[in-house]
Amino acid sequence: MTAESLEKEDRPTAVREPVLQAKGLVKRYGPVTAIASGDLELYPGEILAVIGDNGAGKTSLIKALCGALIPDSGQILLDGREVRFRNPMDARRAGIETVYQSLAVAPGLDIADNLFLGREERKPGILGSVFRMLDRKHMREEAKRHMSELGIATLQNIGQAVESLSGGQRQGVAVARSAAFGSKVVILDEPTAALGVKEGNRVLQLIRDVRDRGLPVILISHNMPHVFEVADRIHIQRLGRRVAVITPESHSMSEAVAIMTGAAEPSPPVA
Amino acid sequence: MSTATGFEQRRSTSPVERVQHVLHANPILGPLAVLVLAILVFAVVSGRFLSAANLGLVLAQVTVIATLALGQTLVILTAGIDLSVGAIAVFSSILMANMATKLGLPGVVSLLVGFVLGTAMGALNGLLVTRLKLPPFIVTLGTLSIFFSLNSVISRSETVRGADMPAIMTWTGETFSLGGFRITYGSILMLLLFAFFFYALGHTAWGKHVYATGDDIEAARLAGIRTDRVLLSVYTVAGLIYAVGAWILIGRLASASPNVGVEYNLDSITAVVLGGTSLFGGRGLVLGTLVGALIVGVFRNGLQLGGVDVVWQGFAIGLLVLVAVAIDQWIRKVRA
Repeated sequence: MTAESLEKEDRPTAVREPVLQAKGLVKRYGPVTAIASGDLELYPGEILAVIGDNGAGKTSLIKALCGALIPDSGQILLDGREVRFRNPMDARRAGIETVYQSLAVAPGLDIADNLFLGREERKPGILGSVFRMLDRKHMREEAKRHMSELGIATLQNIGQAVESLSGGQRQGVAVARSAAFGSKVVILDEPTAALGVKEGNRVLQLIRDVRDRGLPVILISHNMPHVFEVADRIHIQRLGRRVAVITPESHSMSEAVAIMTGAAEPSPPVA
Repeated sequence: MSTATGFEQRRSTSPVERVQHVLHANPILGPLAVLVLAILVFAVVSGRFLSAANLGLVLAQVTVIATLALGQTLVILTAGIDLSVGAIAVFSSILMANMATKLGLPGVVSLLVGFVLGTAMGALNGLLVTRLKLPPFIVTLGTLSIFFSLNSVISRSETVRGADMPAIMTWTGETFSLGGFRITYGSILMLLLFAFFFYALGHTAWGKHVYATGDDIEAARLAGIRTDRVLLSVYTVAGLIYAVGAWILIGRLASASPNVGVEYNLDSITAVVLGGTSLFGGRGLVLGTLVGALIVGVFRNGLQLGGVDVVWQGFAIGLLVLVAVAIDQWIRKVRA
């Protein structure tokens, strides 16, 4: 066995460049340390689940990655280049789309409006440049295309207000938005938390679809069965730092929970 | 109905739920129905109601309130409220009138400076709301008091007669004939403002951002909308609309009086609410506000023609407001 193949076998992901990487992020609020040492690697084509107990710092870590929080120190690398996000728009421009737990949809606006919220398209020519007229027809067509690409074609009416949709459908709109505009990474915060079993499963399928279309996904979730069902790797956060990265194959659910809560020492990380 | 991922569409069946849905999808229907009903009732009660002269009068009477209510609509769409609307309008009219008479500035200059000052007053509201993060209710309660006070200082509580002003300043009160109707230029100006903001809210990104900000400000922020800018723009634009309202007010009264306008605050809010715009923000149409203002005008005029004592007009309008808000609450509970 050559040295190269040995390395490949032992560290299957290490030869690839991470799409998104956090190195030693620190965030303190006065005496409270939200992130003691934030490290994370996301590789192309994978679903990376981030789990951790409440207060483990996973939300802060994710917020730093999507620009909603500015870390005190540390580095974020996107495609190997250091990036600094001052706000969520910066992260979005860089290609990182986030679906927040609160969904960040405007309930009174329709599906197409929500898909294009904050990046509306104007009509070409003088109508757009002088009269600032929106190209609603084009946005609706695009919205329809994005929604059906992800198999969310039930929505007969793209002009339907989002508040008239079920929880799963709203989640579908938010995921479709991130998949439509995210060019590098999609981050999903607790996408199945408020959903019933059936709708939760559909959203999981949606997450796989997004990955299979080539976008790596970071999934933050408390739901262990869901995490173990879709994740390629599982990042475990505890007391403001990463304590282990496991896979659904290497560890059982109860082992993962034990590591997460500190009941068990993590075995040497596999990835 | 289910497909690929098959998120199911839940359906409502009962007739009441269907009405709720229709109203939810077409929020203008409720106010329109009330307006049509009111017109029919008053037409039966009084033969004079539908006369061209009377309808022209109703339009002239609602013009000021409708204009102020337009600015109020923008603010309320962002889940705010503007209690300083009457104060800004009246103070602007006093400033315009005094610049033209006491300072002897040309009418056009007085108007333009008045527009700028009204806009600045709106911008002050917006800055206090966005920079100091104070609730709009408190901010505009404070500026209401401040503007009315300055209004008394500058006007010395004196009314400026329209006859002493340059003709352009009372032009908004002049009429032209259209098929037997006497219509004021102020009414046309008001309708043009409504047309403009109908377009701006429905067909530009700014409009979508106004709705999104009022709907859920945190969600709007996370979606990348600079909500502070949206709010500031709304209060500023509202100030400009109130200042145009001041011009219309001078024409309507043929004078600039520091002692009017106290009732404009509540009347403008009434028109907005009757027009189906939700006080919780994010939902409503400027055309609804126009209908709402017309409802107020038609009720006041019709009750008067019907011989109902003036004191009962307020009672009727109050009742209408309560019903309108109750219906709004009910419509918001709609679920697919």
